[in-house]
Amino acid sequence: MTGAEASTEPLGGAGASAGALGAAAPGPGAAAARATAAILRDTLHGAHRGVVVDSPPGAGKSTLVVRAARELAAAGRPLMIVAQTNAQVDDLVDRLATAEPDLPVGRLHSSDPNPYDPALDQHPAVVTSARAAELTGLDVVVSTAAKWAHTKGVEPWGHAIVDEAYQMRSDALLAVAGLFERALFVGDPGQLDPFSVVGAEQWAGLAYDPSASAVSTLLAHNPELPQHRLPVSWRLPASAAPLVSAAFYPYTPFRSGTGHGDRRLSFGVRSDGSAADRVLDEAAESGWGLLELPARHTPRTDPEAVRAVALVVRRLLDRGGAASSERAEEPVPLTADRIAVGTAHRDQAAAVRAALADLGVPGVTVDTANRLQGREFDVTVVLHPLSGRPDATAFHLETGRLCVLASRHRHACVVVCRAGVTELLDDHPSTEPVQLGVTVKFPDGWEAMMSTLDQWSGHRVVWRP
Amino acid sequence: MSLITTLARLEAVRAGRAQARATVLHRHLSDRPLAFVPLTTAGEAGAPLGAMVGTDRDAPRLLVVAQPRDRDLRFAFLADLAEAVLPYVESYADGVEAEERKETDPETGRKVPVEVELCTDAPQLLVPSAAGVEFVRLLGRSMRFRRTAEDDPDTPYPAPARVPLLGRWLTHYGERSRVPGSSLLLPMTGLLSRHWATGQSHVEDQHLGALLAWIDPPEGESGAEAALRAETGRGPDGLLCCPPAGPATDPAFDNRLLAPATARYDAARAAGSPAALSRAEAEIRDLLASQLRPSWDALWRGADLLRTLPEGARVADRWKRDRWSYTGHRDRVRAGEPPQPKRDDAVAAAQKLAVRETAQARLDAQEALDDPLVMAERRVAGEAFAGRVTEVEMAYSDAKVPRPRPLVTVLTEDRPQLAESAKVYRALAGGKTQTGEFVSYAPGGPVVRLTGGMGRGKVPEEGSVPQEGDHVCWTLFEHAPRGGPELPDAEAVPWTHGGPPAAVAEAPDPVTDEDFV
Repeated sequence: MTGAEASTEPLGGAGASAGALGAAAPGPGAAAARATAAILRDTLHGAHRGVVVDSPPGAGKSTLVVRAARELAAAGRPLMIVAQTNAQVDDLVDRLATAEPDLPVGRLHSSDPNPYDPALDQHPAVVTSARAAELTGLDVVVSTAAKWAHTKGVEPWGHAIVDEAYQMRSDALLAVAGLFERALFVGDPGQLDPFSVVGAEQWAGLAYDPSASAVSTLLAHNPELPQHRLPVSWRLPASAAPLVSAAFYPYTPFRSGTGHGDRRLSFGVRSDGSAADRVLDEAAESGWGLLELPARHTPRTDPEAVRAVALVVRRLLDRGGAASSERAEEPVPLTADRIAVGTAHRDQAAAVRAALADLGVPGVTVDTANRLQGREFDVTVVLHPLSGRPDATAFHLETGRLCVLASRHRHACVVVCRAGVTELLDDHPSTEPVQLGVTVKFPDGWEAMMSTLDQWSGHRVVWRP
Repeated sequence: MSLITTLARLEAVRAGRAQARATVLHRHLSDRPLAFVPLTTAGEAGAPLGAMVGTDRDAPRLLVVAQPRDRDLRFAFLADLAEAVLPYVESYADGVEAEERKETDPETGRKVPVEVELCTDAPQLLVPSAAGVEFVRLLGRSMRFRRTAEDDPDTPYPAPARVPLLGRWLTHYGERSRVPGSSLLLPMTGLLSRHWATGQSHVEDQHLGALLAWIDPPEGESGAEAALRAETGRGPDGLLCCPPAGPATDPAFDNRLLAPATARYDAARAAGSPAALSRAEAEIRDLLASQLRPSWDALWRGADLLRTLPEGARVADRWKRDRWSYTGHRDRVRAGEPPQPKRDDAVAAAQKLAVRETAQARLDAQEALDDPLVMAERRVAGEAFAGRVTEVEMAYSDAKVPRPRPLVTVLTEDRPQLAESAKVYRALAGGKTQTGEFVSYAPGGPVVRLTGGMGRGKVPEEGSVPQEGDHVCWTLFEHAPRGGPELPDAEAVPWTHGGPPAAVAEAPDPVTDEDFV
């Protein structure tokens, strides 16, 4: 992942419009700035060993991590940063080095071939090594949890920042927690939970259940730790933030950093009246579009739905889309690298890639929800996880999966789905066993599916093949 | 469920009998397994009712609890069970071979080779179904903390001498069975449904009688008909023709036959009549035998069917890990270590999860490499591709000392999900794995750059580079997945996970009024 694809929101301050909010409420910039100040105060001067920050989609999590890292470094505290994937580590190092070119940053990497993004070599203050001992003494050392877990025989760090902590498993934290004294845990509780390929029910309900998320273990053992929340999403437009907030974060609402008139999507070519064009017009107008295919049970790689997804993307590019936002004075042409397609399964992503190649569309990101986590685009096209299915399993009902898919866009999101999902949901109530001692997550996937579909049905365009 | 399994199930429906899901046997099946068919009492958790146990299919040992609510009789049953199981389990303890293993030297911190004992074979327990495995675990938990008179002369209700030891072994076997691909404790339904696809649902496959009816239907009858009869067919007495394989019993049997027989037993005991008592006891034995024997025979019939398949080439590797597991527990028992704790601590839980995840990945890879039918599932899923080599172009790396990096083009109809420079793996003769890297698509198929498995020289070793016309199969998954990272010692649990354990042992549960009910 490069910096251009990831979110680059301001952390409060001026620039963002107060939008439709009343004059009495503080502007989103001020609210975000206040939250950030409190987080940094607890991190730098607090009495507790840990601080937890919940961040909704696009709320400036990465910006916060970079800011906290720089302030800790400025205060002379050696810092290690734990991220979950190599792409996240490379992205963080790039941002740190871009924000402060003189800051000595270490990139601890694996000994595999091509272990890190070669773009990091252009930063003079970045040192890369496969051995932690060669990086000691640098202000900041960044690596993945997996690599840190193999680090032995080094002096522990005074401070750590754990990024994407809700996607980190408890056992991964167990393996690295001996390396630091205090830590700032940052993550999005609404995204996909970590998982295990084998059953872990025998530990369900234990505070240190190794398959649970790092944050749930941390808070179970340290309930007194301060918990903060970033209150403003700079990514999601005013049309999307209320829906995502209500459907996936019912008890911790957030708002959009921009107002209804601040972002616009327009096309150079008029609609040809086809369903793909009409759903694009609807999405450009309202931020959401639901392209509904006729009800049918299909294999996972539903050829008709896959073609519909590819066609929507093709029309989006053909019609000369342009995005106007608070970032630029002039509308910015919508290019392939600003568009993403999200699916539930890898074979679906592969089928969409093949369909796009057939239509001659290169450069569009097509991936599963797991791999789209943390990324940002102008427009997304989503193949609904329940489209064409005869059953609704726990995998397909997982709240985090739908949340990731519905919260990657800055302008508009088109959902492609077969009719009949509401009936499917009625036929498949949630039947997951209740485990004693496990905190029940709200909302459950069933409820989130229902409430989002309910909203999207107002933006429906029916596709007739 | 993979596409090929779905297809096999559809074909099973059409053909009226189960279809093969495997061409080889993917689990180790001992020459002399111990079969164990337990029954439990309805409405009373963990109260065994009876069991058939033994290694000789023609001479099962029948153990019975005439009044399951009488705890003395329950203990007598468990003592008998210990006498039936432990001699078998212990009979493998002394056949050992020497193995070299790397261990960390406590002084230098280096890994040094140490010679240790490894049992040449291990005892294997077979139960009819997954519920039987769960029952083994429950029995283990209920026994391993019992105190014998030898442990503590003042204990009010001492357990028979060998009962806690049986509890420890059953706990070990129950826990081991959670490791994917392990074979120390296996349910017959699981074994059979791994190797055959029936035309019924997964839940229905839990019924051993119905499953066997699909795999090996009687002459002139379809699997579906035979399975329906096995599930629901009742005789003129209203009892199931094919009693459930336990541990739960048929409620009709409980109500019509068992409850009156138990009442007669209670009455005889109250009357103090030894003749009536032994008559009532014999009656219960006969009743339970009538329920257990069909499952016992079905279990051995399942084993016969499995033995028609040749064992997969990598099954021995996994069985060796089971032998290590058995040897390890034997050593812990011999060293006088306490029974397994009630709950895993943070480190033990994380370690077990890591071991099982590695075992799952290893099992998935080994099954595919052992069995073309399983590999076909992975190929259909885009996780492997097979085909004929159409071109081999010699190339070298850019390093100071150039290494051979030949480019191999494979003609295939498979559609692997190859990302840019994705790693691929190929099994070589002799058990080694060759690594490669996806380069690009040529007309006909993908081009792979070989990156390993060619020896150390400038020229690749003989036979390590495929030739034009060779048939090759590359996988996108690793063949020998690596284990997880080292975890801290149990005494050094970090603050995020509750810190080091308290110095004092966990206090026993407080005694409440309910303890005296």
